[in-house]
Amino acid sequence: MAATTQNDSQLSAVPSYEQEQAQARFDAIIGDDSRIEPRDWMPEPYRKTLTRQVSQHAHSEIIGMQPEANWITRAPSLKRKAILIAKVQDEAGHGLYLYSAAETLGTSRDELNDQLLTGRAKYSSIFNYPARTWADMGAIGWLVDGAAIANQVPLCRASYGPYGRAMVRICKEESFHQRQGFEILLSLSRGTEAQKKMAQDAINRFYEPSLMMFGPPDDQSPNSKQSMAWKIKRFSNDDLRQRFVGMIAEQVKVLGLTLPDPELRFDEETGKWLHKDLNWDEFMAVIKGGGPMNSQRMERRRAAHREGAWVREAAAAYANKQAQSEVA
Amino acid sequence: MKSDELDATLDSFGDALASATRVTPGNALRPEDIAKDGVKPSEQIAQYALRLGDDSLILSQRMSHWVSRAPELEEDVALGNITLDLLGHARSFLTYAGLAWDKTEDDLAYFREEEEFTSLHIVEQDNGHFGVTIIRMLLVATYQHLLYTALMESADETLSAIAAKSVKEVDYHRDHAIQWTIRLGLGTEESAEKMRHALEILWPYIDEMFTDEPLHDQLEGVAVRPSTLRAAWDQEIAGVLDEAGLEVPNVPQAMCKGRQGEHSEYMGYILAEMQVLARKHPGATW
Ligand SMILES: [Fe+2]
Ligand SMILES: [Fe+2]
Repeated sequence: MAATTQNDSQLSAVPSYEQEQAQARFDAIIGDDSRIEPRDWMPEPYRKTLTRQVSQHAHSEIIGMQPEANWITRAPSLKRKAILIAKVQDEAGHGLYLYSAAETLGTSRDELNDQLLTGRAKYSSIFNYPARTWADMGAIGWLVDGAAIANQVPLCRASYGPYGRAMVRICKEESFHQRQGFEILLSLSRGTEAQKKMAQDAINRFYEPSLMMFGPPDDQSPNSKQSMAWKIKRFSNDDLRQRFVGMIAEQVKVLGLTLPDPELRFDEETGKWLHKDLNWDEFMAVIKGGGPMNSQRMERRRAAHREGAWVREAAAAYANKQAQSEVA
Repeated sequence: MKSDELDATLDSFGDALASATRVTPGNALRPEDIAKDGVKPSEQIAQYALRLGDDSLILSQRMSHWVSRAPELEEDVALGNITLDLLGHARSFLTYAGLAWDKTEDDLAYFREEEEFTSLHIVEQDNGHFGVTIIRMLLVATYQHLLYTALMESADETLSAIAAKSVKEVDYHRDHAIQWTIRLGLGTEESAEKMRHALEILWPYIDEMFTDEPLHDQLEGVAVRPSTLRAAWDQEIAGVLDEAGLEVPNVPQAMCKGRQGEHSEYMGYILAEMQVLARKHPGATW
């Protein structure tokens, strides 16, 4: 926190020679495609933007465990159950790496967690849709983890060192997540009529929300430009989205299933994939808390926190006693 | 799209096999290997493997409910690991048992009736609060650690191989439970009280773990006689409880016949949840 206060006062004052120097060093690091590290000076808006982005990303990993945890106890084979547990547990690990990265920007994990539990921080809105069938485990892995990968691979080169490095570890595991999802759908698509129907239904429900994971269209995404100038973001929302949709358009053929988008096609002229208009009103409504599952997702997190309070208190009390007896 | 092209697009971002959570570590014995290369066990050995598999399966099923509900994020990871280990042990034992009857692990897990399950009552007990889950883990993991250590000497090679892999993992479960038992036993008055309560409600199911059956007489040198583990278990548990400022509660032992398929009221719900999807689509592949 001390660092933040110091930077605030630096910003509000008339720039001194030292501050101009610091800004110039920062600009040079960004210009060189080098990395900003926690000890480096950084402009306050850069710190704020990153703290928000990295912590939102962490929250998404944690809330994102819930729809899949919902099917662990009912997984239809022991092997699938094992793979699903491993996958969901990876997401908890991702949350941990990302909270650590966010903490290097000067906000504690407790504070970040508090922001989530009180609704001051957001998480990816896709997790506010229910995982209603087993096939959703396939669609989530293939489309949701798939979209996450497409978003995250460029973030491995993000200008903030701890974030970029966390993303490298995470992306390695995300490929396993996407593949296990695809394999679930592949088995279903080769199975009984009922299984095939289940798979298609899941794709129909997750297609549009997964495309919206890339964020609003470029002309409605005011912060994207600054993020790209800071080299946090490397590609625009629309650019990442069209690349992703092109990839799944090919992969869905292997499944013998379809994407619910009659307008989907490759445009030779621009060399880009075109898709139908997405329902951004729904997107905004879900972000504001009106999705089918917002209330449950939040309450589940709050309940875990509340019910675990006595455990954390006891662990802290025990650690204290240990520390004291070592001093004594 | 050809399959290698598909591989390329799905793998374009890294290692498709990389989970931080290894489903099966490196070159360890996998259930798939047992299914493929395993020697068909005798009826008695299969019955014995079934018992061990059922214990781990039901405990894992119980534990899996914690995923995304743990008191802190680090614990979500740890409990997930333990759940996954137990499921791995269950899969190996059930796969091996199934070879005797031409059944797969999934046939046994999803298509048996409640009275055909041979698990102990302690593993089907409710998770309760975190302290109950920890005490159950302490009691069972200490038992399984002694059991698998002894089973490594089994004349049956497959049982001994499964035990050798599993023993390292249950040792971690045991250690995890011990650390938490001490922390919570000595933490706050509230946590100590919760741990005393956990011991009281779980202790009635101890004797069943150590009850010998005629099956064990028939499997001399192959199976581990449960009663032989009791003294070491008592001593270990007493040591941990002492360090945690807790005591063995003075409560009667429950009459349990889990090994004969007589279960508590919990079991019907556990199986209903676990089996519902598989039974809705009999014969389907997933
Ligand atoms: Fe993740
Ligand atoms: Fe993932």
